[in-house]
Amino acid sequence: MCRLAMKTASEPFSPYSVISAMEAMQEGYDGSGLGLLLRGVQFADYKYQAGNPILSGIAHTDAALSRLNAFMSAQGYTLKYDHEFDVNASLIEAKDRYKYFLRVYNIPESFKDFSQDQIDQQLMLTRLALRADGEAHGNDLTAFSFWPDVAMIKEVGWPLDIGNALGLNDNRITSRICMAQGRQNTNYGINLYACHPFFIQGIATMTNGENTAFVPIKEYLSGMHYPGYIGYQSDSEVFAHILHYVVKQLKLPLEVYKHVITPLKTNELLSHPQGTFLKGLRDACRRLIIDGPNCVMGTLPDETTIMVMDTKKMRPATIGGKPGEWALASEICGVDAMVPDRDKSLDFQPMRENTVIVTPDRQEYTIWSQFDQFPLHQAA
Amino acid sequence: MVSIRSIPSTPSSLTYHDLPWIVEHREDRCTLCGRCTSVCPTEAIYLAYRRQRMPKLDILQKKRGNEYRTFTGIRQRTDVDHRCIGCGMCSMVCPNEAIGPQANSNDDRVRFHNYQKGDAWKRGGRRNDRSSLLDQISFNRISMLTDPALDAGRHEFHMNTLLGRVLPPEEYIRRQAAGEWIPPVREIFPFIIGSMSFGALSPNMWLGLLQGVAYCNEVLGIPVVMCTGEGGCPPWVLKSKFLKYIILQIASGYFGWDEIIRAIPEMQCDPAAIEIKYGQGAKPGDGGLLMWFKVSKLIARLRGVPEGVDLPSPPVHQTLYSIEESVMKMIQTMSMAWNFKVPVYPKISGSTSAKSVLNNLVRNPYASALLIDGIDGGTGAAYNISMDATGHPIASNVRACYLDLVAQGKQNEIPIFAAGGIGKNGNTVQNAMALIMLGASGVHMGKFIMQAAAGCLGSEKNRCNVCSLGICPKGITSQNPKLYRRLDPDQVAQRVVDVFMGISTEMKKVMAPLGRSQSLPIGMSDALGISDKDVADLLQIKYIC
Repeated sequence: MCRLAMKTASEPFSPYSVISAMEAMQEGYDGSGLGLLLRGVQFADYKYQAGNPILSGIAHTDAALSRLNAFMSAQGYTLKYDHEFDVNASLIEAKDRYKYFLRVYNIPESFKDFSQDQIDQQLMLTRLALRADGEAHGNDLTAFSFWPDVAMIKEVGWPLDIGNALGLNDNRITSRICMAQGRQNTNYGINLYACHPFFIQGIATMTNGENTAFVPIKEYLSGMHYPGYIGYQSDSEVFAHILHYVVKQLKLPLEVYKHVITPLKTNELLSHPQGTFLKGLRDACRRLIIDGPNCVMGTLPDETTIMVMDTKKMRPATIGGKPGEWALASEICGVDAMVPDRDKSLDFQPMRENTVIVTPDRQEYTIWSQFDQFPLHQAA
Repeated sequence: MVSIRSIPSTPSSLTYHDLPWIVEHREDRCTLCGRCTSVCPTEAIYLAYRRQRMPKLDILQKKRGNEYRTFTGIRQRTDVDHRCIGCGMCSMVCPNEAIGPQANSNDDRVRFHNYQKGDAWKRGGRRNDRSSLLDQISFNRISMLTDPALDAGRHEFHMNTLLGRVLPPEEYIRRQAAGEWIPPVREIFPFIIGSMSFGALSPNMWLGLLQGVAYCNEVLGIPVVMCTGEGGCPPWVLKSKFLKYIILQIASGYFGWDEIIRAIPEMQCDPAAIEIKYGQGAKPGDGGLLMWFKVSKLIARLRGVPEGVDLPSPPVHQTLYSIEESVMKMIQTMSMAWNFKVPVYPKISGSTSAKSVLNNLVRNPYASALLIDGIDGGTGAAYNISMDATGHPIASNVRACYLDLVAQGKQNEIPIFAAGGIGKNGNTVQNAMALIMLGASGVHMGKFIMQAAAGCLGSEKNRCNVCSLGICPKGITSQNPKLYRRLDPDQVAQRVVDVFMGISTEMKKVMAPLGRSQSLPIGMSDALGISDKDVADLLQIKYIC
């Protein structure tokens, strides 16, 4: 079973605290892998300058690392910082890990006249090119993310072992958001790309549970022929891509994500203030309806955090915490481990119609219901 | 050896052992009531007086002689027109279980005598082939690991489908913001009562279906719709609130469309959709056919034709210079007639060219769907060779079309509906859910509904199949009041309701173990398996054994 833990705090913290929360939830966990996403990253050894993209991944051979260096240079990226993990290889199951890289780059000079959308596109295409290069060379290069302020680590094995193996308890890396997911894959083959969280253009999600509507959703997203909508080694990758599609492509408010993946029933929409629009949207996005059970947790580039359930609500999750520090986890013991000194009576488990949103100021979490109106002046 | 001429044999002479069905009659049980002979639709049996010689030998008197016994018995006619069709109505009316047809285990010889009176054999029913590929497909991706299977009895399931052109999300949002036209979309139950005309069906059958459909919608909340077929719609229905459950079909004969067009100003609501028939699975390349036996006064009035004449629709629409032109003209014309508020879609025969039609529709902004009717589709009247040998099986046709849309990312824009052999052997939900998971948005079923809701006796062993002649022994496809009064519309309605409630339950029993409940599993091909490698490869589903 998958376990999810996420913490968002105004003060940067070590990812090890979130890995510890994973340990608290170990009873329902098979220890087959760990995925970490850090947002709002700070390095002890380097003063990170906001806006510079961070490349996360694994080079499995020296040759792969050389190709990576050559490719990035050719693209015009200049290396600013190369984070060296203190690796204890004996704790890692896999033996073909030449180098875990977290590298900060400067954006090429040639981008200076680009719009933000163009830069975003270039960053994604660079990551995809590195991924394709690795796949063309026997998967000797794995690229998880290439984005400002975002670092990702994925590995097969027991989460705490991986944290220890990479020395994540040394406080050399801290972040304001840490997403962690345990379990490598549910129904498909073991593959580093199949490990949550999934990432595309600054948007990341992780999920527990199984997405039984995976194949039709995958076919629909693939049919859009958008460069980033590839992969799908895991049935959960589509959740990240749907969120990206709703927010970045359709440019709809974050609240609409829930209306796309789990739309209301027809008779519920008939009495909804935006029912006509939402009914049409449900039809138009019908192939993106998930059929969980799933809990989806996600983060956006501005450090907004969301959590939603599928309609069946068979994968509950909890948010708890205090102003400036919030924990979200698939088990309450995970929340306890991350923010023990909170008022537990204010914990909340979203229902089938809820989206929990923590805004970047982290002063409170909001519970938004699908039955509520949302701001959409032009369309609705 | 006797002389040739003394034997009563002609080229078409048959004995009852040459017939496909042999009437077995037990004289010891027969009460000579005569019900069987009066109910037989082909007058295949008759009461006859027979004489039997009883040899008499009186040994003491040393006399030899004969006595004769006269008795009344049931005999079977052996000419082709009066052959037994196996319907079994004789046994249904027999008070004493004394009579009934038995399938002839010998090869029958009637098949060599189907050319009669200068014409080839016409009949109703389906292709006489009992095999069904759809029956072999099973649902194998069971939720067992991370997620439990759902409770079919208690969980809430969303099983409806969409009929209508669905815009891409970006375009939908743009048009909403700009206040532009959004194509009409209907939310309907994915099992649709397929096109059977008022004319092909008896008035009682048609009324029973409509009653059942209305009950499903208004009492049970199952949004079932039915299609009229080519033959119009009774004016009182056109002007009623029940029209919203009806798909009006327009076909190449345009029968009934005078009445429909005249009724538009008085319509209380819009019809569910308009179906433009370009082809039919049972008889590709043929238009509709209502044989003269069935063109009664009522039907003649509804269709605007004289009584008692054959009504063969042309194979093509008059506007058909090319399919592109025809589709565009007709779809836009029909859309305009209802102010662009009613989905309009074509129905075609299963064919290797179906993908071309589909791609044509994808580029037509008014086309709402595509209905493909496969080779196993039924009909009220067609040449036997059209039914048995012409057409394309539905499964691979639907799959190829769906995958074509997937490659273009258009699978949500033009829903594909499948027809032709759904429920051929009674496995309606299995067949339909397999087609849905192969990519269909829903299915149309005609013959199955006749069998399940009205007790149609036809089968793919060529049982009965006389729909074309207006002598339907159950009164389903007859315009003869003596016959159709046998059918009680209320009982048909009750059966329609039973059938759709049963279908609804079985759909849940398929969806629940797959872990699906929030939307119809259209295109969920990862759940399908078949123990035929070639078929699995072609359909891109799992090979299992």
